[in-house]
Amino acid sequence: MTPETALVVALGLPLVGALGIALAGRMPNLREAVTLLTALAVFATVSQLLEPVLAGQRPGLMLMEPVPGLPVAFRLEPLGMLFALIASGLWIVNSIYSIGYMRGNREPHQTRFYVFFALAIGAALAIAFAGNLFTLFLFYEALTLITYPLVTHAGTAKARTGGRIYLGILMGTSILFLLPAVIYVWYVAGHTDFRLGGILPDTVSPVVLTVLLALFMFGIGKAALMPFHRWLPAAMVAPTPVSALLHAVAVVKAGVFTVVKVVVYVFGADTLAGQTGWLAAIAGFTIVAASVVALSADNLKRRLAYSTVSQLSYVVLAAAILAPLSLMGAVLHIAAHAFGKITLFFAAGAIYTAAHKTEVSQLDGIGRRMPWTMAAFGIGALSMIGLPPAAGFVSKWYLVSGAMAQSHWLALVVILLSTLLNAAYFLPILWRAFFRPLSVEAQAHPHGEAPWPMVLALGLTALGTVTLFFLPDVPLALARQMVTLP
Amino acid sequence: MSLAAHLPVLQVVVPLLSAPLAVLVRHGGLAFGLVTAAAWAAFAMAIGLWFQVGESGTVTYHIGSWPPPWGIEYRVDRLASFVLVLVSGVAAVVLPYSRACVGREIAREQHYLYYAMFALCLAGLLGIVITGDAFNLFVFLEISSLSTYVLIALGRDRRALAASYRYLIMGSIGATFIVIGIGFLYLMTGTLNLVDMGTRLSGVENSRPVLVALAFLTVGICLKLALFPLHQWLPNAYTYAPSAVTAFLAATATKVSVYVLIRFYFTVFGESLVFHKLPLPEIMLWLSLMAMFGASAVALFQNNLKRLFAYSSVGQIGYITLGLSFDSVYGLTASVLHLFNHGLAKGAIFLLIGGLVLGLGRSGGGHGQPTLDRIAGLGRRMPITCLGIFLAGLSLIGVPGTAGFLTKWYLILAALEQGQYWLVAAVLLSSLLAVAYVWRFVEVAWFRPSAREEAGQDEVRHEAPRALLVPAWLLVLASLWFGLDTSFTVSSALDAAEALVGSGR
Repeated sequence: MTPETALVVALGLPLVGALGIALAGRMPNLREAVTLLTALAVFATVSQLLEPVLAGQRPGLMLMEPVPGLPVAFRLEPLGMLFALIASGLWIVNSIYSIGYMRGNREPHQTRFYVFFALAIGAALAIAFAGNLFTLFLFYEALTLITYPLVTHAGTAKARTGGRIYLGILMGTSILFLLPAVIYVWYVAGHTDFRLGGILPDTVSPVVLTVLLALFMFGIGKAALMPFHRWLPAAMVAPTPVSALLHAVAVVKAGVFTVVKVVVYVFGADTLAGQTGWLAAIAGFTIVAASVVALSADNLKRRLAYSTVSQLSYVVLAAAILAPLSLMGAVLHIAAHAFGKITLFFAAGAIYTAAHKTEVSQLDGIGRRMPWTMAAFGIGALSMIGLPPAAGFVSKWYLVSGAMAQSHWLALVVILLSTLLNAAYFLPILWRAFFRPLSVEAQAHPHGEAPWPMVLALGLTALGTVTLFFLPDVPLALARQMVTLP
Repeated sequence: MSLAAHLPVLQVVVPLLSAPLAVLVRHGGLAFGLVTAAAWAAFAMAIGLWFQVGESGTVTYHIGSWPPPWGIEYRVDRLASFVLVLVSGVAAVVLPYSRACVGREIAREQHYLYYAMFALCLAGLLGIVITGDAFNLFVFLEISSLSTYVLIALGRDRRALAASYRYLIMGSIGATFIVIGIGFLYLMTGTLNLVDMGTRLSGVENSRPVLVALAFLTVGICLKLALFPLHQWLPNAYTYAPSAVTAFLAATATKVSVYVLIRFYFTVFGESLVFHKLPLPEIMLWLSLMAMFGASAVALFQNNLKRLFAYSSVGQIGYITLGLSFDSVYGLTASVLHLFNHGLAKGAIFLLIGGLVLGLGRSGGGHGQPTLDRIAGLGRRMPITCLGIFLAGLSLIGVPGTAGFLTKWYLILAALEQGQYWLVAAVLLSSLLAVAYVWRFVEVAWFRPSAREEAGQDEVRHEAPRALLVPAWLLVLASLWFGLDTSFTVSSALDAAEALVGSGR
């Protein structure tokens, strides 16, 4: 398979898989087999692309050209490679987990769930492979629409409200801010292709540049920069596998991925030099403020959601610092946070399935009944705080190095403060789980671990979090390529 | 002469003749066959003309071989051929749909009359587009209008009569204004040929009769195209007409009126008079904005799905006239594109709503209006129908990958080009209103429990008949297809706009 063919196959497989899932809807076992096989096939295809990309190839293809000079085109570069690897790799684990979760909780409309999940992964891959801003925008919007039925899966009034906030903020920001920014780029540059060093002509004045950057940064609502972050906690009304893969990995990473893409390939780090102070400030504020909210949230998924808001802004902050080292940190953090946060969500879902508990205050002593789950949760939490031996340490290291290289003291203070806050809202959960006695109410309802597919899945992602600490070669190589090679 | 040379006249004559034939056979099935065949023939001829224009430029045809200023000239340029494809294409899709729908909505003995009226309406609309003669244009306008009144009045709901009567009054006022305007122009130029009229006007543009003619024509045509606040006839007409009629009118009638406006502004009066000497662009800009926001906001609060999308039509027409008011290539491209893209999306939506209405009739409760209460939970009973409405709704919003996105793209480019950043914001904000009203449908259809579900039973899947779904989905798929492959739409619209804008007058 040539890299170009692999690109087409990787984009097409989720669609074929979705069709297969829909057709096999009556036979749950076959349906889940189709999901797993598609996920495996997609990951196998995407990993085939790794070698050529590391060797410096940039496979691409053009599908069609709706407006002259505005093609729907794909071109794979290191950052997209990493995002695609994470999304497709974790899809396998998440599918195993979904099977346990959806069956364990007897969720209705499972076929619809798996169909839209496959489509969402397809859209995420298309975002990863996008060769220009227009293609990225096309699939960015598609991803919002595809994930809407997943967010509102329960079909209740609460789900409808959550869906409204989700759609309202994501569509609102993208139509009001991102779309005019994309059109303006096309208007001044004549195309929207991603190129290292940026594509904006020198004639664009600093004022326009700042406005454009603001339109992009707030327009990319999926990056959840405050004050447009409310959709993420609202999306927690979805079943946990959706929160885990989409709202900790695919959707939110599509957001920060777009942020890095825009900064590196549309503006260019040199063009922006000295103009991103306000962005760093807002990202810093988001990091701290979201952590404070997380600190006071008793609902476990809500706490995790605000933790995600905070962690996403690490990537935005890293991009705003503009140093090559911090940009590498941004890339690594996309990978590190993905593994850590999906583990945490998996654990939250496992607790809900096995013990029907959703609040942090109910978790006393649960570590003794669900040791594997809570151990994995611990590893995820370490990664969030940024302690070894978890992946979060590596990305934070680069982030701090980049901030030091630029003497960006604000960023350093923010990172330090947020590390403390992270510890303050994750460690008490572990303390409760392992050191507090079981509550009287919990003693009356004995339970063990969640169904084995869920435990297997969260064990795998926890393992991945640790592995990424010891063997960060692939993400590092890709990150290094991004800042040096076109 | 070969048949190809006669295409311009056959384009009108074939559907026109099928109308009396349909009456003569006096049989619903045969009339259906005749008119449908005529519509498909018209569609084929429109495509043929489109290619002819592409090869050899503007095609002209002299009726009875009388040369232009004396005889009637049929004239097909890029814009006309593009609109012809839209009108005849929608007719060709709606007619097979009618067959399945009319049986339930119109009394049996009136079927052949329905098809005859449909054929007349189609012939009138095609004639308006193709003719190069002002009075001939008025005649075709009346043919299409009169048949439209009848078609609307055929609706089973008794309120259809009132709606039709209202449209009759408003439409007649519009037509009178148009004929007065044409009269003044004839007075000043002594010719009825539109191109000739344009040439002869160049000396006397500023004289009072010409200005009066411009005013009468503008108001008259804007009445027909339902520009805010002259849109009063539209919501009721769309709501109570038979579903197939609503779909056909929504996709074509107002669009053809836009075409007439463009024709008069650019070919007859000339850009410099309309856009530079008079404050017409400003007026049109503000009326368009009011339509985009006012009508869309009203759509949000409608309780009847057909009315909701009827008001949405008024709002979407605002985009078309907004593009027109820029007087630039990008702006006019956006107008022409939207005329086509919106036609497809709205046609699809109204066809599918017809399917919903049928489904409602089947579940008891008789034949009624698709109020939001009654369509609750239909997303589970008729998922394919509702999905179609949703996808066509995405085109109304202008989501990338749908045809509506391209309109937005060019509209925003036109605003950027003139440095009108606030208009960029206005266009985008108004799209959010479209998101809101489309989502209203989504929430009702999928989230609210249906009457049966509230009674504790499971919803059974029961789609609209395939004969309804296939034509409707053809339009849905077209409005997605033309969002990605735009070699036909964008090139036609750009060509048409480039030929009209900046032609020196």
